[in-house]
Amino acid sequence: MTDAQAREWFSAAQREAREHGVDDVEMFCAEEESALTRFANNAIHQNMSEESRVVSIRVAIGQRTARATTNRMENIREATRTAIELARASEPDAHLMEMFSPGIVEPVMRWDEATAQVTPAMRAEIVREAIGCVEDAGHMAAGMYSTSRASQMLLNSRGLHVRHDETGATFSITATARDSSGWAKASAVRAEDLDPATLARSAAEKGTQSAAPRRMEPGRYRVLLEPAAVLDLVGQIFGDCSATALEEERSFLTGRMGERLFGENITIYDDVRHPLQDGAPFDGEGVARRALTLFANGVPGEMPYGRAAAARAGRKPTGHGLSVPNEAGECVTNIVIAGGSHSPADLLRELGDGILVTRLWYIREVDPFRKVMTGMTRDGTFLVEGGEIVCGLQNFRFNESVVEMLRRVEAMSAPVRASGEEAFDMVVPAMLVNDFPFTEVTLF
Amino acid sequence: MHHVALQALDLAAQRGVQYADVRLVESKSQDLSTRNGRVSQVADAESVGMAIRMLVDGGWGFAATDDLTPAGVEKAVTMARAIARASTMALKNAARLADEPVHRAKWASPCTIDPFGISVTKKLDHLLRVDEAMRANKAVTLTETLFHANRARQFFVNTEGSEIEQTRTMTGAGCACYVFEDGDLQKRSYPNSFGGQYQLKGWELVEEIDMLSQASRLAEEAAALHSADVCPAGEFTLILDSSQLGLQIHESIGHPIELDRVLGSEANYAGMSFLTVDQLRKLQYGSPLVHVVSDATLEHGPGLGTFAFDDEGVAAQRTDIIREGLFTGYLTSRETAGAIGATRSNGCLRAAGWDRLPLIRMTNTSLEPGTSTLEEVFDVPHAIYMETNKSWSIDDKRYNFQFGCEVAWEIRNGKRVRMLKNPVYSGISTQFWNACQAIANREHWTLWGVPNCGKGQPEQVMGTGHGASPSRFGEISVGSL
Repeated sequence: MTDAQAREWFSAAQREAREHGVDDVEMFCAEEESALTRFANNAIHQNMSEESRVVSIRVAIGQRTARATTNRMENIREATRTAIELARASEPDAHLMEMFSPGIVEPVMRWDEATAQVTPAMRAEIVREAIGCVEDAGHMAAGMYSTSRASQMLLNSRGLHVRHDETGATFSITATARDSSGWAKASAVRAEDLDPATLARSAAEKGTQSAAPRRMEPGRYRVLLEPAAVLDLVGQIFGDCSATALEEERSFLTGRMGERLFGENITIYDDVRHPLQDGAPFDGEGVARRALTLFANGVPGEMPYGRAAAARAGRKPTGHGLSVPNEAGECVTNIVIAGGSHSPADLLRELGDGILVTRLWYIREVDPFRKVMTGMTRDGTFLVEGGEIVCGLQNFRFNESVVEMLRRVEAMSAPVRASGEEAFDMVVPAMLVNDFPFTEVTLF
Repeated sequence: MHHVALQALDLAAQRGVQYADVRLVESKSQDLSTRNGRVSQVADAESVGMAIRMLVDGGWGFAATDDLTPAGVEKAVTMARAIARASTMALKNAARLADEPVHRAKWASPCTIDPFGISVTKKLDHLLRVDEAMRANKAVTLTETLFHANRARQFFVNTEGSEIEQTRTMTGAGCACYVFEDGDLQKRSYPNSFGGQYQLKGWELVEEIDMLSQASRLAEEAAALHSADVCPAGEFTLILDSSQLGLQIHESIGHPIELDRVLGSEANYAGMSFLTVDQLRKLQYGSPLVHVVSDATLEHGPGLGTFAFDDEGVAAQRTDIIREGLFTGYLTSRETAGAIGATRSNGCLRAAGWDRLPLIRMTNTSLEPGTSTLEEVFDVPHAIYMETNKSWSIDDKRYNFQFGCEVAWEIRNGKRVRMLKNPVYSGISTQFWNACQAIANREHWTLWGVPNCGKGQPEQVMGTGHGASPSRFGEISVGSL
């Protein structure tokens, strides 16, 4: 998708809108090519690629707005008419802002040509090698390797024209043994930054170490949560970190701003420009994303404001607004938890006697204000004694308040880019947590 | 557009394949929502694209594109073939497909009132009236309503000669209200949580669920939950409403019976299953009252898992999953059916869109109605009755689950005696179903739609159907969180 193509599409939409007496038009254009090679039982079993384009047109007529989306570029004028018809049929929204006049958005480089050019054969070769690592350990490998390239542009009738291009690669692998399993996953902008063979060996080693898992009674234990487990659990709170969520009193931060909620050692940022992060440097309306300190030493601080929420509060938007119209207002997507200075080995020694958790699974919110989450451990849960892994454990169910857990963090590693399955990728540390409540044990 | 699919299939056949199929999908959707009396979403979307899946030397290739020009189609075919060849680089067993008759058919799901034919003004007016009725209760701090409609027309062809055109129209609607008070957030939803009810119907679904009639009750209950006692902890007789039971079926029966999970295909993501193939026709999954079917036929109802053919051209079927408590069947595809000695797939391979590879998915996995009246289900000295899902979680082999509900009531001698808040229950799947004591009759049976079932990499979000009626279970671990 070239700039000229996007401008041509936008001009077509704008001409159509003007013919219907509508001046305010916004267009989001995106193009993506992605491929994913999936393997199980030590063989590739699902292998796919897709390419797609999409154009989403929004019009504003006074205080009314609506959106129409199509992937048929020949239908842009028709989609524009649909958006106009929808807007005219809608109700006025007193909160609707006029379209954004362009500001300055510094681009962020997230394109790697080598990643964009990865072929099916290259993915298959890497997968074959990773399977070999797991087979060598006598286990069964399952996983996936994906690569992608994507471009997005946002234009509007007030002169906005911002663009972001990005590549990505993700590798994950599970090594399944007779009565145990191990897992590893990583993602990066550059495929070259991934090390699938090392991830495969790590998963295989966890599968071996957790063989013949012991059953331990539920209870409160000292745990070491590896970064993927931290990501998936702590990641559940960030949907509440928004000005609109606070305004609607659906956030756990309602009435708690300025109060020390977490331990003093917990500082959390949202920073799209962090070198380990991904994503576009502008939001759904084209506002440049600003770095925010969401929690400073345990105290809620800067919250993201979309343009409408900012106007209501008399503040400046932070560049975290969702595309308009929307239900949720704004969201943060570039989380960085500051962490500590321990190495992973130091943390294991520091744990002493406790439980090491590789990953968590099927996490769901049980209490929205205390942020009590339930979920399971999975693919590598270990008994640790004297700072050393003793054996694998049968998997636990937990019911933990993330708010309370973040008061019980005793030590952290340096943050790394982590990838899980229950929340978006983040830059997070491993955490040593006291009194983590495991409430049930499953049968494996 | 049929010529595009046929062009792709011809190209694939010319280049030499064991098997190929092409799906061309045109879809359109509409989303409307309100929030605290404001219109918060008004959006239409359309999408057209094509996918080709091919088997070459035992390896699978799949490519999807929305470039439907001759050049775009040729590029997709070339890519699918390159991917299939790459798959053979790490292949253990060549894929083989169970036989399926050739089908030439055209089918559309019933739709009485076209949801796209009703004006947006009328639809928004309806949602805003529901929203206003909930906000009439001054304790309410946040209201939500939504409407969703989707129509997908799919043309399927394969190298065996099948040509199938299907059109499915789906409608969904729901409402919810929240009350925040003293550091506690309580919510009530109707007719179900997480978006409401979804079926293969038109606007008539919105009329049937009559959200306006329930709005004030929802608001009253959300407010009353703040002064309700917390649900007591212990082993109790548990009665579930049909919507919660629908999700219980989904998680503790529907997913474990997916044969691809059993065979390890999802080991890295969605997980595996405790239902290893040696347990077929041996495991006592539930009590003798429990009869569960997987049924994609229209006779079962207009569920999100209803169709005439699945996404590899296999005709819709009804399969016994549990009969008088005995585990009797899996969900299969043409590639996996042979693993359990079946000669034909039971038609469960489904894709979330033109850009996704079809996977084994639930169709309508339903608990058949029992023989009890509702009064008989509740006719116990003491029980906890829970309604409307709030949270759900289960381990990656589908043994241990925990569900939370929006509201519960303590039952004494068949009557509600007090409201209870923050209820949860947990257990092991087969122990739970073996504890089934009573199932309400067809009069109370509802075919629920779960529109957000996730599976696969890249993840696919699929709609599934689950019929259930209120049922009673003995000695279940209950508590509050």
